[in-house]
Formats: sequence, structure tokens, C-alpha cells
Amino acid sequence: MNYNAEIPIYLQVIQDIKKKMVQGRIIPGEKLPSSRELAILYKINQNTAARIYREMEMAGYCFTRRGIGTFVSEEKEMFEKIKEEMANELLHNFMTGMKDLGYQKGDIISQIADYKEEKAK
Amino acid sequence: MILECRGLNKTFISKKAVIDFNLNITEGKIYGLLGENGSGKTTWMKMVAGLTKPTSGDIIFKGHIWNYQDKGTIAYMSTEPFFYDFMTIASVGKYYQDFFDDFDMQKYLKLIDRIGLNENMKVKALSTGMTAKLKVAVTMARKATLYLLDEPLNGIDYKSREEIISIILEEAADNNSFVISTHLIEEIESFVDEAIFVKNGEILLQTDLEKERAENGKSIKDIYLEIM
Repeated sequence: MNYNAEIPIYLQVIQDIKKKMVQGRIIPGEKLPSSRELAILYKINQNTAARIYREMEMAGYCFTRRGIGTFVSEEKEMFEKIKEEMANELLHNFMTGMKDLGYQKGDIISQIADYKEEKAK
Repeated sequence: MILECRGLNKTFISKKAVIDFNLNITEGKIYGLLGENGSGKTTWMKMVAGLTKPTSGDIIFKGHIWNYQDKGTIAYMSTEPFFYDFMTIASVGKYYQDFFDDFDMQKYLKLIDRIGLNENMKVKALSTGMTAKLKVAVTMARKATLYLLDEPLNGIDYKSREEIISIILEEAADNNSFVISTHLIEEIESFVDEAIFVKNGEILLQTDLEKERAENGKSIKDIYLEIM
């Protein structure tokens, strides 16, 4: 994974895991890697790996079964909520950027309507 | 705390190599020791490993003043190659086993296999990347509590570097510590807990990297450019 060197690593990894949940690459109830495996996978240290699971647990994204491992939440609503949150965040950043350029909401909406997606090759 | 240095100095005849080093190394953490060649990194490691004596100051290891018995639980990997050409992978292991009580042959064989070497290969025939991996493997096969790796990532290909980093991350645990010296600051950025910046024999800063990112929005490179 390519990190932004100026943003805490744990936040970036959590974001990546959330994205995988939204994309269906991690499914409800799935067992997550051990923190050691997570460390190797993301090239992070044990302390960051432990923090990631701690923060995710506090947010209710996952839970730990002692001696068995960490599991993703089984609640499908949670996945929907994460998806909405991530979309809102993207939208917010986009809107802020556009407004910085001087666009009003109405202009932005028509810009989106006219927007041609680049064709995949 | 596993290691504490207080007012540590090393003066060679013509040069002060290490000047008033004060630093703390805690269990369960990985440290990056950063600085140019000749900044004192290697001299400091050699003092902690017991290969050279401090001119003055204290090294406190696990709460007591460092003594020669502590060499048995501090694993130091030097930058210089330390194998003889005629050695095989197996004899490198035996050589280490003779030297260090904490050497675990089973672990060595496992690590060797993992990095794609076998016991019968000759040291002479290994590529630079392979030799670098062998050095790390034989060092990590010791059941040490403090690992000092001097430039483990230098001068080797990208894939070998990634493999070495994985081995380090597999072995890092709550009850051991790693100090890794390197010029390749961006290579270690994502997994180092704390960075120690050294210049002209002095420590300029010891800092927690996640904290720097969270509180100051600073990368290791930003800090490096700012203070070095």
C-alpha cells in the first residue's frame, strides 16, 4: 500500500479495510488477519496493528473473540453505514474543492450531469 | 525499558564519534537510527553490542549496568560481510551456534528456507541481495531481546528489501526491540515506531512517528530535512 507520509498510518489502514468492506472484499462476520499478519500485510509495526483493531473495535466495525481472533461485524447495516460515511466524505471533499474554485452548487450539478467518464481501455 | 544510554561518549584518537548520547529503547518497539555515514550510528551499535568500549557514560540494559553477559541477548548485525567465502549456508549456522548460546538452529533453517537458500549453497556463490538476506536470517535466528541491524537494506534490490522487512515484522514482538540504521528513510517510514536522528556524533531528536504525523502532519522526510 502507498501511504501518505504525513497522515497517521493507522488511519490510512483503517480506511483501506473499510473500503474493502464496502467493496465486498471483506464480508460480514469474516475473520480478520491476526495483528502480526496485518503488520506484515501492511508493512506496519505491531503497535500500529494493535491500534487499528482497537480503534475499529471501538467504532463497532469488528470484535475480538479471546483466543480466536478478530472478526468483522456481522451487521449488514454497519456496512451500509460505512459506505454512506465514505461517500459523504468524498462528496464533502469534492464540494469543498469545487467551491474553492468558485463553483456554486447549481453549476456543480450541471457539471456532473455533463461529465463524461473516461473510457476504460 | 530494555536499554538506556546516559551521557555516552566514544572518542577515538582523532575524533569524537559519539557525543553525549542519551536515549531510551523500549520493549515492543522498532527504532530507526538515521544519519549520514560517520555520524556515529555504527560506533553506538558496537558499544551496545560490546564490540567497543565507551570512553565515558552508562549503558543500562534491562535495569542494570551493561556487562559482558548481556552480549548473549543482544544481536548485532554489522554492515561488513562476516562470512568466509568457503563457508556453506550450513556452516554459517554452525559458526553462529558455536558463538551464541541463544542461536536457534531450527529457526535458522526455517528462515533460510523462507528466503530461498539451502544448506549446501556456498556463501561465495550468493548474490548481494542473497548475502544481505542471509545476514539478517542468521542474526534473527538468535533468540535475542535486542536486535541491532546496521544498514540491513542498503545496496540491495527492492524485492530483497521487502523480504527483509517482512522477516523483521514477523519477529518483532512485545518482548523484543529493534534498532535499524539506514539512509533509506522512506523504506522504513511505515513500520518504524520511533526515529532517532543523529548528526556528527550527536542525537538531534528521538521522536514517535505516528505522533508526528497526527500532531504536526510531518513525515519522517519533513523532519529529516528540517533538522539535519
